[in-house]
Amino acid sequence: MNLTLFIWRQKGRDTKGSLEQYEAKDISTEMSFLEMLDEVNEQLIKNNQEPIAFDHDCREGICGMCSQVINGVPHGPQQRTTVCQLHMRHFKDGDSIYIEPWRARAFPVIKDLITDRSSMDSIIQAGGYISVHTGGVPDANAVLISKENADTAMDASECIGCGACVAACPNGSAMLFTAAKITHLASLPQGQIEAARRVCIMTEAMLQNGFGNCSNHYECQAACPKGIRVSFIAKLNREFMKAHLKDSV
Amino acid sequence: MAVTGQILVLFIIIHMIGNSAIYSGGLNAYADRLHSLPLLVWIFRLVMLTMFSLHIVFGIGLYLENRKAKPDEYAIRKDMRATFASKNMVWTGLLTGVFLVYHLLHFTIQIIHPESAALSNSDASGLPDVSGMVVQSFQDAGVSAVYVFAVTALFLHLSHGIQSSFQSTGISSERTLPVIIKTGAITALVLFLGYVSIPVLIYIGLVKG
Amino acid sequence: MLLDGKCPSGPLSEKWERHRQNLKLVNPANKRKYTILVVGTGLAGASAAATLGELGYNVEAFCYQDSPRRGHSIAAQGGINAAKNYPNDGDSIFRLFYDTIKGGDFRAREANVYRLAMLSNNIIDQCVAQGVPFARDYAGYLDNRSFGGAQVSRTFYARGQTGQQLLLGAYAALMRQVKAGTVRLHPRSEMLDVVIIDGEAKGITVRDMVTGHVGSYAGDAVCLCTGGYANVFYLSTNAMGSNVTAAYRAYKKGAFFANPCYTQIHPTCIPVSGEHQSKLTLMSESLRNDGRVWVPKMNGDKRTPNEIPHAERDYFLERKYPGFGNLAPRDIASRSAKEVCDEGRGTGSSGFGVYLDFEDAIKRLGESVIRERYGNLFEMYDRITGEDAYKQPMRIYPAPHYTMGGLWVDYNLQSNVPGLFVLGEANFSDHGANRLGASALMQGLADGYFVIPYTIAGYLAQAVPGRVTAAHPAFIKSIEDVNSLTKKLLSINGKKTVNDFHRELGRIMWEHVGMARSEEGLKRALKLIPELRSEFWQNVKVPGSSENLNQELEKAGRVADFLEFGELMARDALNREESCGGHFRVEHQMPDGEAKRDDKNYCYVAAWEFKGLNYEPDMHKEPLTFENVALAVRSYK
Ligand SMILES: Cc1cc2nc3c(=O)[nH]c(=O)nc-3n(C[C@H](O)[C@H](O)[C@H](O)COP(=O)(O)OP(=O)(O)OC[C@H]3O[C@@H](n4cnc5c(N)ncnc54)[C@H](O)[C@@H]3O)c2cc1C
Ligand code: HEM
Ligand code: FES
Repeated sequence: MNLTLFIWRQKGRDTKGSLEQYEAKDISTEMSFLEMLDEVNEQLIKNNQEPIAFDHDCREGICGMCSQVINGVPHGPQQRTTVCQLHMRHFKDGDSIYIEPWRARAFPVIKDLITDRSSMDSIIQAGGYISVHTGGVPDANAVLISKENADTAMDASECIGCGACVAACPNGSAMLFTAAKITHLASLPQGQIEAARRVCIMTEAMLQNGFGNCSNHYECQAACPKGIRVSFIAKLNREFMKAHLKDSV
Repeated sequence: MAVTGQILVLFIIIHMIGNSAIYSGGLNAYADRLHSLPLLVWIFRLVMLTMFSLHIVFGIGLYLENRKAKPDEYAIRKDMRATFASKNMVWTGLLTGVFLVYHLLHFTIQIIHPESAALSNSDASGLPDVSGMVVQSFQDAGVSAVYVFAVTALFLHLSHGIQSSFQSTGISSERTLPVIIKTGAITALVLFLGYVSIPVLIYIGLVKG
Repeated sequence: MLLDGKCPSGPLSEKWERHRQNLKLVNPANKRKYTILVVGTGLAGASAAATLGELGYNVEAFCYQDSPRRGHSIAAQGGINAAKNYPNDGDSIFRLFYDTIKGGDFRAREANVYRLAMLSNNIIDQCVAQGVPFARDYAGYLDNRSFGGAQVSRTFYARGQTGQQLLLGAYAALMRQVKAGTVRLHPRSEMLDVVIIDGEAKGITVRDMVTGHVGSYAGDAVCLCTGGYANVFYLSTNAMGSNVTAAYRAYKKGAFFANPCYTQIHPTCIPVSGEHQSKLTLMSESLRNDGRVWVPKMNGDKRTPNEIPHAERDYFLERKYPGFGNLAPRDIASRSAKEVCDEGRGTGSSGFGVYLDFEDAIKRLGESVIRERYGNLFEMYDRITGEDAYKQPMRIYPAPHYTMGGLWVDYNLQSNVPGLFVLGEANFSDHGANRLGASALMQGLADGYFVIPYTIAGYLAQAVPGRVTAAHPAFIKSIEDVNSLTKKLLSINGKKTVNDFHRELGRIMWEHVGMARSEEGLKRALKLIPELRSEFWQNVKVPGSSENLNQELEKAGRVADFLEFGELMARDALNREESCGGHFRVEHQMPDGEAKRDDKNYCYVAAWEFKGLNYEPDMHKEPLTFENVALAVRSYK
């Protein structure tokens, strides 16, 4: 099939970008979306043009590196699917496809479709961990954890840190990302000891890093390739209130 | 934000129930009873004023922060769950705020339509004629239109705001959120119908005070 | 030269303990004066950097992704082994040790493997304490499953995302140290050279992948944790950026490369769909527990699978290996699949695929049971192929997956270059000629959390901290070398893209240095690879400049290294006149097609020393001795 692509091109952080039009010819329905872009890039190179820069690595939907907004939806039209797992059979011959980078103040564009997402690492740095030393820990079965809690922790911990939630959020908020980590750790007995402190510093770090606030549009859940749920945001809010109530008592 | 919003919602529910006294013809008596407790009324007004002010300050602050966090928009954007209501909270809120000033000038300070002011008109039993004031005002198409418009804005505001406040205060959960979303929207709708019915029914002449 | 693995003496189970007692310590007050450069933040790198930082060393951590959380360890699905024996089914440290060494076809060091089995238990404890959400039963205890044909249930798992969860645990520990100020992160940084001063590793040269700036970092020791090189085959289950560059450039600076020919081909991957294919996706091997593998009996049978009656299907694994059937070991299953496809009986549009059929399992157990067991895998398969595996058989094909070979290290994980330590998949140490399922994660974390923190002290304690700075001429030279290589790549301006060359190299490697290797094929590869390489240096087209983000330039550097490294692999495979583990030489097989090991002549590690591009590398042998296990012949009949 043949497609018309409108792709965001931007040379560097401080330069202005724009949407440029490209034709993708003879695209097979078997290709993944990124393989389609590979193909376009091969042609660009052969025509002495600069290829389109985009982030990707594992190409199996788990590293969280790939990050493109396709026709207005982060990771494109197929639900619960990263761009790298999206296949061209979901498009039709003659389609126009708009491809843009994640947009949020906390994610400045570095080049073309590549953004700087280190702000998400900063949120984790603030407190997204259990402060355990290497070695000197009890036997793994010394603390029992109900299956239900372990499952909730796992549900939350499936987040791949791609930032689609931020890209989808009209407020550029990283609330779903932060909430997933809070929920993961607060669902486990090991994580509860630092829970109050953690939720305060992580939400603070989120704002410090230029993310917006949550106003419950729930776009994040719809965009999340891993199905991370907004109920975790409620959990974060609950933990937050608990922390503050404890503080003021 | 959420807590102030919830308190405002509570007020709005009570206010609607109070207003519905107009249908049973007891509005004047209800208003009179309220005014016989000036201390309570003033405390109440003060609390509401604080809540409102806080809500507005937080709301606008939040809006500005969030706008800053999303400086560039997509060339094409497709909403999946966001709604017109959720994206225009500050505007529907502000409209409600502006309307509130109008509403206070109209029915509390009563300087918009001084001719029908309850302060200067009494009903048959000698009480200030609130009911008459309301009915006379709403027979004016312009006034009714302002109210209908404002209540619509409020409806939009609450259709998102109510469920949102439950999420923000962490009351909702995986299981309850869908229910809360529905209940929030229904509550907003009931409030809308409750409020909009007064000017509409009066204007079309079904309620005559 | 005979190499010495420096394994401690004494009874197997006491070696590590004794060795730890004998290792020197670094005074706590002095630790922060030592800078350790950790390259790679996968399981091995993140766990090492976090632990070293916590101990008080000054750590600089590098990775090529935008965040340390994205190392390719994240993709591991199945699980991680440990000898906890929680299910009480007869597991023990010794049994895990034995299985691992036997799985590696007796081509690994006893002492290393035993230590690994011992530390496996500490890893699980550590990860649970970090909050890794391993699967649990209803009583709240950790759950185990049997994996990769093991006779005991010793695999811990977190849904189908064990690697992700372990890496997030290590990443969290790392981020905690970043906050504490002991570790500094350098994401989007690619290591392009090791700097060696007076014979010791004292720094690295790195390209900032955003600005293009090439700079050096001086340190007191370097830890390479840069993963495996399966991408030499172009198509593999590795990430697009996985490379041999870090290890290979260390090799060119004098570090020995051990057993490069030991590569693992995984039998259950989604087949190639066309020329455009950029990588292959692994599907959990657990599918073989219920799926039956078959191809049509007839050559070139074009009927749809459901139209082919049972009598006309060849369930070749069940036929050839009745004992193990569809659960035959990875290498056997892979090789058999390739054989039937080469005979022309392969399925799918490319002809390179075999069916993995769940029809019988669905009949026997019901669709809901299958859905519960493999629902997410069927979904993934559907997403990629657009086919519903509940209704028609899956198609699978083998793909390069893991590389057992790597830089040579001794028991301390130190290469032959003092100060250069190698951890995780990047070293050669623990898996011999073949790796058992669920043991790579274990090794990466054992190396990072529990081995390097001790052994590196032994080296540092006798080194003067901060002896060299990046102003040393060796650094300046290293930067110049890197820059001139870059300039050369950018100036060729030929006709073929980097991918064209990589694809072609992959074809050569797959054909001749893949699952079944012959003297003739290997010799052919040794002729074809240098030809391709010289064409590369004349005809490759690398657009753009070196002064900003340039993904083609990054790729070009990696492919340039693969083009040299492929030759080393072929050479190693040619040298090893036996079949063992993942290395199968067609000349050395039993009458029934089983691998024929030659313990008399090849029970050694082959460690190669670079002698210049146009010279043959030198081979050094490290003899392997077995004091605690008898060298058994593997048989899966
Ligand atoms: C699909 C798949 C499934 C698997 N499943 C299992 C399983 O179930 N159980 C199991 O035990 N094992 C499994 N394995 C194997 C296991 O995941 C890996 O062997 C292991 O995770 C490797 O860890 P590592 O830390 O050595 O390297 P990696 O995790 O690959 O990390 C390499 C790091 O080095 C960095 N790096 C590389 N080159 C450079 C450079 N030049 N400059 C700077 N940084 C660089 C990268 O940024 C990255 O941070 C699987 C592997 C794959 C591919
Ligand atoms: C001048 C008047 C008002 C302004 C400017 C205003 C503004 C806002 C804003 C900006 C928000 C945040 C929306 C978001 O989360 O994106 C909000 C939320 C909300 N508002 Fe208002 N509002 C006003 C009046 C009211 C009134 C009269 C009520 C109730 C009767 C109300 C109830 C709520 C509720 C319940 C929320 C949700 C709070 C949350 O989820 O945290 N608001 N308002
Ligand atoms: S490239 Fe790894 S998730 Fe898409």
